[in-house]
Amino acid sequence: MANFTPVASLIGGVLIGLASVWLLAANGRIAGISGILHGLFAQPPGDRSWRVLFITGLVAAGFAWHAFVAPAPVREGFGLGWAAAAGLLVGFGTRIGGGCTSGHGVCGLGRFSLRSLVAVMVFMGAGMATAYVMRHVL
Amino acid sequence: MIHALGAGLLFGVGLWLSGMANPRKVLDFLDVTGNWDPSLLLVMGGAVAVTAAFFRPIIRKKQLSFDKTAVDLPLVAGAALFGIGWGIGGYCPGPAITALSNLSAEAFVFVATMVAGGLLARIWPSSPGR
Repeated sequence: MANFTPVASLIGGVLIGLASVWLLAANGRIAGISGILHGLFAQPPGDRSWRVLFITGLVAAGFAWHAFVAPAPVREGFGLGWAAAAGLLVGFGTRIGGGCTSGHGVCGLGRFSLRSLVAVMVFMGAGMATAYVMRHVL
Repeated sequence: MIHALGAGLLFGVGLWLSGMANPRKVLDFLDVTGNWDPSLLLVMGGAVAVTAAFFRPIIRKKQLSFDKTAVDLPLVAGAALFGIGWGIGGYCPGPAITALSNLSAEAFVFVATMVAGGLLARIWPSSPGR
């Protein structure tokens, strides 16, 4: 556990929680990133402007982080075919499952939703099993 | 509207500070049999502690309602497929989007295919509207 970063991770988690509370209090919206993203492409087009702004903030935070805190992480040996397969599964799965780590995790658990608790247990379990196969079997 | 931008910025800073935006760290958490890194438990714990304290009073005050409560097949199947994709790349949607700032091919490919996967999900009969 040499890579354990309890303080930064806990504070970072609190910031994510505060951002979710902010969006709910100001806009009455759940900070579920998959839902915000998929909603951009909904037909008929609806409330796109706040979604664009939230996503802009999310990307801008990354640029600011690389400029002032730490350079962008580089990963070697992760093929673009794997990236595409993973992206398709994440996009498809979060759409039919109605949420991801933020919507079901941070927000759903925060309002004590059983539906979200089940989703979190399923995607954590599937993620752990898949990470094991990717690292130790394939 | 400025609130959506601010919340997105704060959310993104939280992702980077916590380590969530680094897929390597996410995979070190998901792979419990390897050199396990439990940090992400603290990310989720810290975030949920805040939402658990503030969400219910806000939801009550604003009289918001969430119509979906059923634990059904789309929920479980969707969460399982999402988890598999998460375990392959170490990216879930928020970290993938803020990782566009890395200007790496993998982040662009992941986000583009994630959007495509969402569009593809329209073929699912009970596809949700959100």
